[in-house]
Amino acid sequence: MQKYSFLSLARNALTYHENWQRAWRSPDPKPGYDVVIVGGGGHGLATAYYLVKEHRVGSVAVLEKGYVGGGNTGRNTEIVRSNYLWDEAAHIYEFSLKLWEGLTQQINFNLMFSQRGLLSLGHTLQDLRDIQRRINANLLNGIDSEFLTPEQIKEMVPAIDVSPRARYPILGASLQRRGGTARHDALAWGLARAADSVGVDVIHNCEVTGIRREGGAVTGVDTSRGFIKAGKVGCVTAGNSGVLASMAGMRLPLESRPLQAWVSQPLKPILDVVVMSNAVHAYISQTDRGELLCGAGVDSYNGYGQRGSPATLEHAIAAIIEMFPRFSRVRMLRQWAGTVDTCPDACPIIGLTPVKGLYFNCGWGTGGYKSTPGSGWVFAYTIAQNRPHRLNEPFSLERFATGHLIDEHGAAGVAH
Amino acid sequence: MSQPHRLAEGGRIDRKRPLTFTFNGRVYPAFRGDTLASGLLANGVHLVARSLKYHRPRGIVGAGVEESNALVQVGEGARSLPNLVATQVELYDGLSARSVNVFPSVGFDLRAVNGWFARLMPPGFYYKTFMWPAGSWRQYEHQIRKAAGFGVVPTGADPDDYDHMNVHCDVLVAGAGPAGLAAALEAGRTGARVILMDERTEPGGALLAGSGRIEGLPAGRWVNRMVEELASLPEVQVLARTTVAGYYEHNFLLALERRTDHLAPGSDPGPRQRLWRIRAKQVVLATGAIERPLVFCNNDRPGVMLASGVSEYIHRYAVLPGSRAVVFTNNDSAYQTAFDLLDAGAQVEAIVDSRPAGQRSAEARERGLQVMNRHAVVDVRGAKRIRGVRLMALSADGGSVSGKGRLACDLLAVSGGWSPTVQLHAQSGARPAYDARKVCFVPGPSVQAERSAGACRGSFDLQACLTEGFRAGAAAAHATGHGDGGLSRPIPSVEGREGDPIQPLWIVPAGKPVSRVPKQFVDPLMDVSAADILTAVREGYDSIEYVKRYTNLGMGPDQGRLGNVNGIAILADQHGTDPGSIGTTTFRPMYTPVTFAALSGGEQKELFDPVRKTAIHEWHVEQGALFENVGQWKRAWYFPWPGESLDEAVDRECLAVRRSVGVLDASTLGKIDIQGPDANVFLNRVYTNPFMKVPIGRCRYGLMLDENGMLMDDGVTARLGEDHYLMHTTTGGAAHVMSWLELWLQTEWPELKLYMTSVTDHWATVSLCGPNSRRVLRKLCSDVDLSRESFPFMAVREGAVAGVPARIFRISFTGELTYEVNVNANFGRHVWEAVFDAGEEYGITPFGTEAMHVLRAEKGYVIVGQDTDGSVTPVDLGMERMLGRKKDFLGKRSLFRSYLVRKDRKQFVGLLTEDPKEVLPEGGQIVDDPSAPLPRPMLGHVTSSYYSAALERSIALGLVKGGHGRTGETVHIQNFDGRTIAARIADPVFYDPKGERQNV
Repeated sequence: MQKYSFLSLARNALTYHENWQRAWRSPDPKPGYDVVIVGGGGHGLATAYYLVKEHRVGSVAVLEKGYVGGGNTGRNTEIVRSNYLWDEAAHIYEFSLKLWEGLTQQINFNLMFSQRGLLSLGHTLQDLRDIQRRINANLLNGIDSEFLTPEQIKEMVPAIDVSPRARYPILGASLQRRGGTARHDALAWGLARAADSVGVDVIHNCEVTGIRREGGAVTGVDTSRGFIKAGKVGCVTAGNSGVLASMAGMRLPLESRPLQAWVSQPLKPILDVVVMSNAVHAYISQTDRGELLCGAGVDSYNGYGQRGSPATLEHAIAAIIEMFPRFSRVRMLRQWAGTVDTCPDACPIIGLTPVKGLYFNCGWGTGGYKSTPGSGWVFAYTIAQNRPHRLNEPFSLERFATGHLIDEHGAAGVAH
Repeated sequence: MSQPHRLAEGGRIDRKRPLTFTFNGRVYPAFRGDTLASGLLANGVHLVARSLKYHRPRGIVGAGVEESNALVQVGEGARSLPNLVATQVELYDGLSARSVNVFPSVGFDLRAVNGWFARLMPPGFYYKTFMWPAGSWRQYEHQIRKAAGFGVVPTGADPDDYDHMNVHCDVLVAGAGPAGLAAALEAGRTGARVILMDERTEPGGALLAGSGRIEGLPAGRWVNRMVEELASLPEVQVLARTTVAGYYEHNFLLALERRTDHLAPGSDPGPRQRLWRIRAKQVVLATGAIERPLVFCNNDRPGVMLASGVSEYIHRYAVLPGSRAVVFTNNDSAYQTAFDLLDAGAQVEAIVDSRPAGQRSAEARERGLQVMNRHAVVDVRGAKRIRGVRLMALSADGGSVSGKGRLACDLLAVSGGWSPTVQLHAQSGARPAYDARKVCFVPGPSVQAERSAGACRGSFDLQACLTEGFRAGAAAAHATGHGDGGLSRPIPSVEGREGDPIQPLWIVPAGKPVSRVPKQFVDPLMDVSAADILTAVREGYDSIEYVKRYTNLGMGPDQGRLGNVNGIAILADQHGTDPGSIGTTTFRPMYTPVTFAALSGGEQKELFDPVRKTAIHEWHVEQGALFENVGQWKRAWYFPWPGESLDEAVDRECLAVRRSVGVLDASTLGKIDIQGPDANVFLNRVYTNPFMKVPIGRCRYGLMLDENGMLMDDGVTARLGEDHYLMHTTTGGAAHVMSWLELWLQTEWPELKLYMTSVTDHWATVSLCGPNSRRVLRKLCSDVDLSRESFPFMAVREGAVAGVPARIFRISFTGELTYEVNVNANFGRHVWEAVFDAGEEYGITPFGTEAMHVLRAEKGYVIVGQDTDGSVTPVDLGMERMLGRKKDFLGKRSLFRSYLVRKDRKQFVGLLTEDPKEVLPEGGQIVDDPSAPLPRPMLGHVTSSYYSAALERSIALGLVKGGHGRTGETVHIQNFDGRTIAARIADPVFYDPKGERQNV
């Protein structure tokens, strides 16, 4: 792997940048692999990387039907945080956040991981109870968390309106200083390059069309580029997980829905932290390019279309203006959506399936991006050891039979 | 004042209405009808902006939506507008604008030093560096952010209003150029309801920017005639300054009308902008085409303009953007610009055409122009304004150059061909296809009820535009049942000329590798050069989506309108394929940026979410009540006396209820009227407890679970008649419960005969609570026997209260004798005031939600959503008795899952501190060992906590693992403020545990 640094940049500048190597190879699929990962998003690439790096699995391929990071990895609002309420969720997201904190150096790719701080606003007395409950739970779980009064919020975010004028005045917020943002394309590319560097075949334009099984065990996958034999298959396909599961004769408790985001035109710096509000259903940060990057709650209807509905957009923009009246005249540049797969309890499914050698990592809903490295790490462990790691044990399919749900819907303070 | 570059005559400006405007502090003259761009050019100002990354000087490139350099900030303060495009800003007298992202000025910008280090800033350089030392990115980022962005956010809240307009139409025509005008007219003539929208000041499109003639009339006059006929058709609506910006499912489109932006601020009382939400049966896209620039060295210098823009400035604005011009083209259309320049009095040094000699070059030579065939402009001289061009001879395939030449000029008009505006077509879900003959992307097969006509379909000559427009209009109208699909009259004929084909020329060679020549910009706005694309490909970022994301091509405020097709073609060349195999990136809404506030429309300020007030609300306001938001409702929180704190007021209110009588405005409780012979069957399924045999005139408290067996809502349902029930829900849960019930009724149990109606707002509820409540009510109600025997607890009676028909419920959330009097909301305040008059002798006291919360907590009653969070079952709450054993109900099966029958679940308990004065923090986490290492095991949390005046001590409710079996044990509550407080687990019913007080 060609090392990236200021020095390498300067050296290549002397040769007009004509000598850069490919960031990762573009190999043709081999006839078979020890492990095939379906889905070349962040989670799949991270899984492949850790399979080799941590578990020394011999041959691993990532099959991507389009281009790397073209799904939800490249469509999200780049928010990273770990301040989840329930112990099970808090532990896996915090584990992930800790990986984020060293990932840029580990994979030698600047992920622009910026712990700019993340505010979750409360607008009602009940919001405040929920926020304080979550702060307390976070602290006891070893996750940084603070309570801010409206005055402290205003000091941190001068553009925000904390006055009682608002329809739902801001009464307080939780702050996770270690939360923030990271560049989503960088994550996809950095992980693709890292996976490639340890020998993983990252294969583009290779759509899985069938999962072959024999005697209840997986034997390989049919793809748009032919059959690929596999000892184990890990599916990490977010919104299309239900489609993949049906190829293996399974049904998963998932609903796929559009989740949309949009950006304003680039503006001079006005907002340095991430601000989220579950009560009015919107969240916002400012990118390094200067765009206000905003998101909404999931659309009301199930669907695979990667397009957001105007109704959801309009309401979420109204919420942004409610919090930031100064952004009223700012103009929206573009709007897009990803397809998120959501479990009834808004927590993921990571683990074994009834089919031997077939593993699923899905159901991250709106929380997938921030969990990428942690998700890949535990999924690699699960595939390599054929049993879940302590961190993802609670996120098995069985929980829907036992009723041990981890309901982050109402309790997380924010849905995303 | 003179405008040195204004032509003596012509243009569609109003010379009778001169005005002045300010740019970067200098005052300039112009006319009504000018844009900021035309006004600046009329005054000889080309340098208007700096580029994003290298801060290179930038000028005006085009005349309309294609402009992507000239971003400006218009106005100051709260009305300021960032990132407007100078070509789209209509001038009004006094308009003030300035360049953005420059320091100290556009003429001398210190950040231009970035240009010296451009070699160190190849695409994606930030992914490769700023990594040392570890964790230092925040510091680097801080500097990078300071340099990023264009305009600045307004300084205050928006003084303007916005609104939405919802319309249905037969045919929506987007774009009022020749094709759009023709389509709208032909469709309109059939009687169809037609809406024609155009982003410009007036209809006409390219017809107003040229010198053509139609049916013997100058194009402008012909446009006027068309517009007059459209105005005469009653079902046709024409909207100027309105951009169709988004195309969604089922022919739903969004369009932004800019109503007042062309007027001085505050001069129009109406909304500033209006978002049109259109559901069209048929859509005709007549969105035209945008001229492509050519990619050569330093092609971003001020004075390099699109040929079509130059022509438009001459014809539409009577502005001559330069006096010595060179025209550089690979197609025929720019020849007209050369003629326009000539006719307007400019000196045309040469037409540089990449193609061999053809018909147009012969024509130009006849007019005395120098045409340099098979030549190319490879570079320009000059930084803040071009001084000349460098020329080289081009090989036949356009792949290499030789020789050298120079021409002096102050204007270079370029044309690299035309790109149809297929954005809306693509937004509709269709995929544009590449047309190798026309060298552009054209619409592919439609997937919604839309068709394209004219230049946006790749038909660039006027005759084709008109023909397609009329035909599209007729066909679209016919598809909606209007007309017969044929044309109402012959298509006007236009003098046409045969031409020579365009020659693809994606990068103008400069005699050296692309990576080693001065920057050849593909997307000048984002400072993306041809070399950047090649670098991206070299590094494996070789699909168009990678190129876009890695280099930022097309990511800027113009969404790649100007540069994307060139970028795609350059990438295709690298792959040795054609642009069609590369494809476009996904075109997303919006076509041009849309104001946030316009999208939210009227949903702002106090209208952000409807405020629901009870019929008695104003009385509370008059009494000085403070309010809390509960859902959309404003509920009286507490009624402080002057100088009283929250705690003091709540103590007083609580004691009044316990000792005499208090009154709560309970109107906000959700009320669902349920009628039908199967109403009891339905209720029996949705509630956990039996509902088959509730006697008429009796009430029953019910629990509602979700599919997972978790408590979702609770409330009292009364049977009012044989088939008639009234369900009460929580205030915040009312809408959700209603849709939950409808979901089950409509999708799972359609055979059940019943109807549900939300009647929450129909009734005002005056809740009299306390030992003296019967005495008070008796003074107001004579036709109902209020005695315990004939009107027992959990009964409902109808009668007159204060002379008004009322339903009286004997239910209680405070544990005291309570009468909930429901009257028609119109009489709510009357009855409320009558109650206060009657209760005066008992010291009747209004109480708010806070006192209500304390009173119910004293009784151990849960509030769904406060004491529960979607993870709590009735068993956890100690309410097993509420689960019907002999019947099925929603959520029942889930309750028997292994995790739900465990004994160590979090269970609802009371908590008592050792110090009776110490009130536990709500949200405090409960632990066994307060000093255990992190992560510290948590047992649960405090859900409700108050000081109880009646009990003269603090009380709290909470959820604790295995709590039901731990009564009397001590646990510790920890809070983020550093407190650790010991508390004893107790029964959650602190007051009147036998329930005697409500049953008197």
